[in-house]
Formats: sequence, C-alpha cells, structure tokens
Amino acid sequence: MGGHQVVPDANGHLKENNYLNCDKSIKSWLLTLDHKRIAILYLVSILSFFFVGGISALIMRSHLAMPQAQVISPDLYNALFTLHGVLMIFLFIVPGIPATMGNFLLPLMIGAKDVAFPRLNLFSYYIYVVGALIGFVAIINPVWLIDYLQGMAQGVWNPLDTGWTFYTPYSTSTGAGEGWGVILMTFAAFVLGFSSILTGLNFIVTIHKLRAPGMNWMRLPVLVWGLYATSVIQTLATPVVGITLILLIVERVLGIGIFDPAKGGDPVLYQHFFWFYSHPVVYIMVLPAFGVVGEIIPVMSRKPIFGYKAVVFASIGIAAVAFIVWAHHMFTSGMSAFSAAIFSALTFGVAVPTAVKVFNWVSTMYKGSIRFDSAMLYAMAFVFLFMIAGTTGVYLAVLGVDIYYHDTYFVVAHFHYTIQGGAVIGLIAALHFWFPKMFGKFYNEGWAKFSFWLLFFGFNLTFLPQFVLGMEGMPRRYYDYLPEFSSMHQLSTVGAFFNGLGYTLALLNLTTSAIWGKRLAPSNPYNSLGLEWQCPSPPPHDNFITPPVVTSGSYDYGYPIEERSKA
Amino acid sequence: MGSHSEIIEAGAPPEPHHMDSTTAYHAAKLGMWLFLATEILLFAALFAAFALYHWWYFDEFHHASEKLDWRLGALNTAVLLFSSYTAAVAVYAAQIGDNKRIVKNFGISVACGLIFLIIKAVEYSGKYAKGYFPGTDLWSDPNFAQSYKNYFGIYYCLTGLHALHVIIGMSVMIWVITKARKNRFSGRYYTPVELGALYWHLVDLIWIYLFPLLYLIG
Ligand SMILES: [Cu+2]
Repeated sequence: MGGHQVVPDANGHLKENNYLNCDKSIKSWLLTLDHKRIAILYLVSILSFFFVGGISALIMRSHLAMPQAQVISPDLYNALFTLHGVLMIFLFIVPGIPATMGNFLLPLMIGAKDVAFPRLNLFSYYIYVVGALIGFVAIINPVWLIDYLQGMAQGVWNPLDTGWTFYTPYSTSTGAGEGWGVILMTFAAFVLGFSSILTGLNFIVTIHKLRAPGMNWMRLPVLVWGLYATSVIQTLATPVVGITLILLIVERVLGIGIFDPAKGGDPVLYQHFFWFYSHPVVYIMVLPAFGVVGEIIPVMSRKPIFGYKAVVFASIGIAAVAFIVWAHHMFTSGMSAFSAAIFSALTFGVAVPTAVKVFNWVSTMYKGSIRFDSAMLYAMAFVFLFMIAGTTGVYLAVLGVDIYYHDTYFVVAHFHYTIQGGAVIGLIAALHFWFPKMFGKFYNEGWAKFSFWLLFFGFNLTFLPQFVLGMEGMPRRYYDYLPEFSSMHQLSTVGAFFNGLGYTLALLNLTTSAIWGKRLAPSNPYNSLGLEWQCPSPPPHDNFITPPVVTSGSYDYGYPIEERSKA
Repeated sequence: MGSHSEIIEAGAPPEPHHMDSTTAYHAAKLGMWLFLATEILLFAALFAAFALYHWWYFDEFHHASEKLDWRLGALNTAVLLFSSYTAAVAVYAAQIGDNKRIVKNFGISVACGLIFLIIKAVEYSGKYAKGYFPGTDLWSDPNFAQSYKNYFGIYYCLTGLHALHVIIGMSVMIWVITKARKNRFSGRYYTPVELGALYWHLVDLIWIYLFPLLYLIG
C-alpha cells in the first residue's frame, strides 16, 4: 500500500486511497493489520452484541410490565438476564471504547503509524471472535436444540442461568446444559479475557514507545491517559479472573473442592477472586469514557481543559484505587465487620478522583464558547448521569446502607447509570465526535439530536424508577413482584422502549451516513488542536502524510500560536 | 507494505513499516515484561488459594505434602536452574553473533525441560498408583478426606499449569533454534533469543517458589 498516491483535497478530505478504500477485497479486511480497520471490525462486532443484549433486556422489561404477567417462563427469564449480562459485559462494553475508538485513535493521537504490535492486534480480535462464539454456544445450549429439532429432546430447554457472575456453589452444581453450559461459558470468558490482556499490553507499549517527537507525557491527550490507565487494569486484573474461571472448570470436571463448600472449598474465595477483577473492570469500561468526554468538552467549549494534570493524576488514581476496593461487593457474604469497614472506607476514596474529574469538566465549560453539537450533548449528558451514578455509589459504599440495598433494584439502577450512562453514552459520544474522521463524512445532525433526546429521556425514565423500587425493597433478578411495585415497573418498561428506540435511531443515522452519506468532511471540522485532526479524513493507511512533530499541548485554545508551546 | 520484501541480509533486524528497528527491540522487550507480569498474576491467585487452604486444613496439608517425594522435586529444581543458566549463555552468544552457540545452549535448555517433564510424569504416575489422583477408587471413596483432595487438587493445578508453561517455553526455544540454524541472529538483532530466555527464566522462577511451598513447608 506504500505505493499508493495520497492526495487529499484542499479541505483535507481524502477521497482515494484512504484506509477504507485503499484495498477493497474481503480478505484485505479480514487479515488487515491496520489499527483503523481492526477498530471497524471490533465496532461491527460489539454493536451486534449490543443489539442482541438490548433485545433481551426489552423482552425482560416487557415481561415485568405487569405483576404475574407470565409472558415468559421463569427459566427463560433466568436465561435472558444471564444472556443480557454476559453479552453486555464480556462482549460489548469490556472491549467497548478501547478496542474500537482506542484502536482507531490511539496511534493518531500520539502521531504513530500504527500500534506497537499490529499482528498481535489482529490476533486479539480473532481471540475475541473465538471467545464470543464459544460464549454463544454455551448460552443457547445447541446440543439440546439439535436434539429438539430431531425430536429427541428430553424435558425443557435448559440454557445457561447463572447470571454473569457465575457465583459458586450454584455455578458448580447447576445442570444448565448438563453442566457444559457453565464450563463452556467460563472458558469463553477466559478466552475473552486473554484478548483483553493482549490489547492492553499492546496499548501500553504503544504509548511508551511510539509517541511522535515532542509528544511528551504531559502533552498526551486525556483520552490517551484514560486508555493507558485502562490498559494497566486490563493487563493486571484480568489474569486473576482468568485463573479463577479455569479453577471453576477444574472443580466441575475433576471434582476437586476449591470453591464449593460441599467439597471443602470456600465460595467466598471465589467472590474475592471474581471481584478483584470485576470491580476494576468497571473502570476498564468507564475510564476511556472519561477520556472521550475530556476530549469533546475543551474542543466544543473552545477552552483549554481545566486542570490537565489533575485529570491525568485522577485517571491514574482511579486505576490504583480500583485494585483495593473489591470486597465492597461482599458486605453481605459473611466477611468480618473489621474488614468490611476498611473496604467501605477505601471505597469512599474512589469518590475523590472521580469528583475531581467532574469538577474539571464543568470548569472547562465555564465561560467557554460552547457549541451544542450532538457530540457535546452526549458529553454533557455523560457528566450529568455520571454524577448521579457517582453519588448513589457513595450511598452503596456506606456499610449500613449497603446491607439494606444489597441485591435490590437500587444496585441495578446505580450500575446502569455508571455503565450505560457512563461507558455506553461515552462510546456513542465518541462515535458522533470522531465520525467525520473515521468515515470522512457528516451524519444528519438533526436526527442525531432527536435520537439523543429520545435516548436521554428513555434512559432516565428506565432507571430513576428503579432507584425508588430498590428503596422500597424490590429485589433484583426476580421473575415476579408484588402489585405495589407495579407503577414503577411500568414506568421503567416504557422508558426502556424509548431508550432502545433512541439507540436504534442514533446508530441507524451513523450507519446510513457512513455508507450513503453525501456531505464530505474536511480533515478538521471542529478546528481542534488534537493531532488526530491534522491528518486527512479518512486517514490514509499510514495515517500522516509527513511524520508529525508536536510543539504544543492538545488543549491550548485561546493562546496565541507563539505562546502555545510555553503553556 | 510489501514494497521492501527483498532478501533479508543475515543478522540484520527486520524493519517493520511503522517503527525503526531500535524502537522495535525496546517495544518487544517492554511487551515481554508486561506479559511476564500477567503470568505472575495468573499464578498469584493459585498461590493465594494455596495459602488459604493451608491455613484452613493445616494438619491435612502437612500429611498430604509428605506423600510427595522431595528428592524428585529437588532434582527438578536443579535441572531447571541449570537450564536457566544455559539459556542465559544463549543470550550472550546471540549478542556476540555466535549462532552455533545459541543452538547448543538452547538445545540443552530444551533437553532439561524434557527431563523435567519426564520426572514430573514419574511423580504423577506414582500418585496415580497410590490413588491420589482424580478418577481413582480411593479418590471417589467418601472416606478419603476432602481436604486431602483439596491439597492434591491445588497441587495438580499449580504443577499442571507450570508444566504447560514448560512446554510453551520449550516450543519457543525450539522455534528460536530453527532460526539460529539459519544464522538469523547477530549483535544487531537478537530480540527473539532474549525474549525466549526471559520467558524461560520466569518458568524457572515460578518453580523455585513452587518447590518449597509444595514439597517442604506443607
Ligand atoms: Cu465495585
């Protein structure tokens, strides 16, 4: 591809020989080593899983619209929340922003031609695909389906029903798929974890070794810092859950007692191992979203980011604290009051760096010249929703409160405000913001704003009532409920459909514009100082036409050009 | 890409399209160190489980660990330590561009790995003969203490996972040997030799922790 002529037009739009059309064959896509194409492969994959996971949520919400509705069977309900959790966590939002936007933007933002190990990058993608396939097989239990189609099936369909946490001893004794369901699913999660580790490792090395001349650590865009902190967690926390899931399999296959109390094992040990990964994984999901918002707000406010160093050290601080708070998921699991108090106090500590970030974003907007583009609306919605997520998180960190709220809808609502309101909105914001760079086109801004409001309204209507439900004592994961919970459940169901419709319209708008869009994007539609906007849109295979040299920070808006390098 | 796919000069580093060869060397090394960190964390969870159950089932763990033959364990420790030495010599040989010496020393390391696996297999079959193995009659006997099973369960997990790493390490070194036979390495380019040796040192290091934990202090 080095031989292709790369000639962008006067606005920096690159019509021919950009990364999308320099080689059109299917093989060149499936075997690509280009970080930008790998990002697109991931994007298509994770959004498909997002769609299926969303449908399963809508089926559950429909079922919960009425008490004693019995729209679906209890077994199917258990299978659906397992499917929803597994898809959304392991296949959608853990790879989420890093694998898609991170892959696309990281080399562009630091002025590199690619990530450090392009082959490893592609390999990670295929590990992800293999893990996803194994996971699907595990959940839907195809052995039974084949039997059923041949008329030999015994009893009822028996899909995976452990929830996404695979808590022992249920997961070591449930008969879902004669036990193969759990074994395959945990193996799939192990494989997916391996993909996550390799992506994290690749990014860390890229950021350390491939920065363009002049791109020193304190000039790195905050998204790159977010990805760096994320990668550290991915690399260091994932192996622990990996071996835990392998032990679960060994326990089931060989009958050794490790986590099953009936065999002399310790189920609480499983929970410790599981949450040692699965608490930090929340930051794997949300730290890159912090970075995305930190990129959008300064550009759209035409102001330098407020307190750059504070944002950077808050990211590192969150990654560090992430490793020492896991047991707050286990206050009701029979740990000593002393250690519970310690973990509660440490969990309060998470609020400090996250609040610093919120303060930074809001102060960046203060007295700025704000453009309310759809990407900015998403970024602002992120800040708003994340504040609700963060404050309710502090409630849950309080020992006495958590004992009451544990396993109620309050936790469900808090979690969705963090992950959907944080990570998913962050991903959608990023897709809107960098869309002109990725596809060299503009999307329909009117539709984008309309779907934003639909989605924002629907989201709050879904999950605000769930806080109330939780306070009233509605337990999570229940198939049915008492009549007094009806009104809140109904509001939530209506909201879920608005929410789903909003996502569908937003993503349809982007997809149709990417394929059939007519309005061509210049290289730098927002007049951003970010390095990724200095190469053509869409970028050529090797990203930059001449290797970039960085002479100023990424957010020096409002300084005269000659002063920027001193800022 | 592809535009510079001419014949590689012997001992010259490959030039990836997206970075120069010095950067590539440092990137590969940093990547390897990070990978080793993930490997240590992989074993760390198993060590934590061992520590917990050692504390819970103190006496049973003590008795169960006496069923292991510490002399075989010590022999294996010596074998691995020696293989680590030859791996280090191979790196030195690579730095001075002596491909023959890489082949010889990595060859010895691979052979040591094989000896290690054979001794391990002898130990496993001894356990199997005595019934301390999943699937035997004794193992399924309800009177056979769960905590014994617990000890042997973690023993097989730890040593099995380690043996898997031995096999991976040996495969990497064999791959490097095939390249060294083509005189691929020189003072300018020896990244695979160094990384392979690093990995082998890790395999050795983990065993150095496993041996006293499983055979001596149990
Ligand atoms: Cu947590």
